Amino acid sequence: MTTTLTVNGTTHTVDATPDTPLLYVLRDDLGLNGAKYGCGLGQCGACTVQLDGKAVFSCVTPLAAVGDRSVRTVEGLGTIDRMSALQQAFCDEQAAQCGYCIAGMIMRAQALLDANPHPDDAQIRAHMQTNLCRCGTHMRILRAIHRVADAPTAGAGR
Amino acid sequence: MRAFGGTVSGLMQKRSVRLAAIIAVLAAGGALASTWRPAIAPIASPEPASFPAQVVARGAVLAKLGDCAVCHTADGGRPLAGARPLATPFGTLYSDNLTPDPETGIGQWSAAAFRRAMKDGVARDGSHLYPALPYEHFTHVADADLDALYAYLMTRAPVHQAAPANRLIPPLGFRPLLAGWKLLFLHHGPVPVDPARSAQWNRGAYLVEGLGHCGGCHTPRNLAGGEEGWHAYAGGLAEGWHAPALDAANPAARRWTPDALYTYLRTGISPDHSAAAGPMGPVTESLSTVPDADVRAIATYIAARMAGHETGDGTPRPIDAPARAAAVAPAGAVLFAGACAGCHGSGAPMLAQGRPQLGLASSLTDPDPTSASQAVLRGIEPPVAGRGPKMPPFADSLTDAQVAEVLAYVRARYTNLPAWTGLAQRVRAARKESAQP
Repeated sequence: MTTTLTVNGTTHTVDATPDTPLLYVLRDDLGLNGAKYGCGLGQCGACTVQLDGKAVFSCVTPLAAVGDRSVRTVEGLGTIDRMSALQQAFCDEQAAQCGYCIAGMIMRAQALLDANPHPDDAQIRAHMQTNLCRCGTHMRILRAIHRVADAPTAGAGR
Repeated sequence: MRAFGGTVSGLMQKRSVRLAAIIAVLAAGGALASTWRPAIAPIASPEPASFPAQVVARGAVLAKLGDCAVCHTADGGRPLAGARPLATPFGTLYSDNLTPDPETGIGQWSAAAFRRAMKDGVARDGSHLYPALPYEHFTHVADADLDALYAYLMTRAPVHQAAPANRLIPPLGFRPLLAGWKLLFLHHGPVPVDPARSAQWNRGAYLVEGLGHCGGCHTPRNLAGGEEGWHAYAGGLAEGWHAPALDAANPAARRWTPDALYTYLRTGISPDHSAAAGPMGPVTESLSTVPDADVRAIATYIAARMAGHETGDGTPRPIDAPARAAAVAPAGAVLFAGACAGCHGSGAPMLAQGRPQLGLASSLTDPDPTSASQAVLRGIEPPVAGRGPKMPPFADSLTDAQVAEVLAYVRARYTNLPAWTGLAQRVRAARKESAQP
């Protein structure tokens, strides 16, 4: 069964049953491996992507739920040569240790920055609460987000 | 049509209208005068050491039983320092600062002023308090318990924090109007003792009807925001959730026993029912810290209130009819498979941990789909000490129509009850409610 969906501005047609989690479609059908499989239960946040600009757990978002809403993954933010402001901040703060949670962290943080370019620390912490990092680099992740949030120019990235 | 007042009878009508107006003004004046309450003289904040440690410790327990800190603490704010926005049908109220700060808290309140606030809903300065403070329940609390609560509050660290101004629909900002509300809904006096019942039941009645103010959410309210006494515990609204009926109409798939209620209230989850969600989470969090005997007493009393509760047609619980549900709600079946089955489907790891099946959740058997909608939209936070069930929110991944499809599916799969009607609108209303402050 084929379904059409828009990811990072490009329309794709995939052959997948409508109850397939979006995460599997992104990774297995579209080769977008940024979002990770962590728990598969919407508990850890490693699979976080954006749906119409809101951060969602792609492991518990069925393909049927996506419809004509636009999906955005970490691959849609920037490239290795031209990183987005937030990606650059994560690099500058060396926020990744094993890196497994980072794509999800970036996509959740970017959703906040897009809605509110200058969130305060409490807002950042509250927003990021759903995403876990087992290496314990939370303080670096927070610093990376602050780099963008506290910058005088709007942090909305791209 | 003739202009008003152009005839003799019209003239008489005009006179009687004038007379009525004069009487109304006098009556209103009289009523206003009778609403006046004197200020109680400010005192110098008492020394914390002046309160016996034993009394303070008892007050700490009572504060938990009354859930004071739940409303009187802002998100991320200092405990009991108030300023939490409380959405009501009449506008937004901000809770008061209960720490002993002399300017912004209750530092200048005497024990008598505190008792009056709890029993009559009148602040130290004589102004009427809004019934968001459930004084129609607190009025039943014994003076010795109020004094212990006072001792507990007055020994907290003072926090200087004024609450923002309330934002109420005019003319409700005019507090003397509250005197009329109290005339109708505030009934003084202790909780009557029923000598035919056990001491445990009576202790439960005292806690539930008084400090616990369970009826504040579980009893429906009338248009004036007063609890409908003749429908006590028939189910009500709580912060956008539906507080289920706690009388014979309780929707639970399995009968609540005192033991099951005890486990639920103590830990936030009962393996025979479901997890505490929404505003019930903080209640179980509080009850996880109070003496065992008090939770047992509450469980005994509430279980007795549900007496006569029937669990339906005798079908063994829990019900699970996937084929029927897929026929009723095919779109919901697909969404359930991709979004919910990882935890709630047959054989899911969560169920192997002893978590209750969806067929036991009261939110699905409730005639009102509001709480089921909120559970999907907002998710469920682990109620006690950050442990226990955590359901992710689906508000941003599922549309209102999709949530309605999922709910239609689970209602058909896990209950034998008729489908909820107007689901999409109910989900939309629930989402709007959760967007409030």
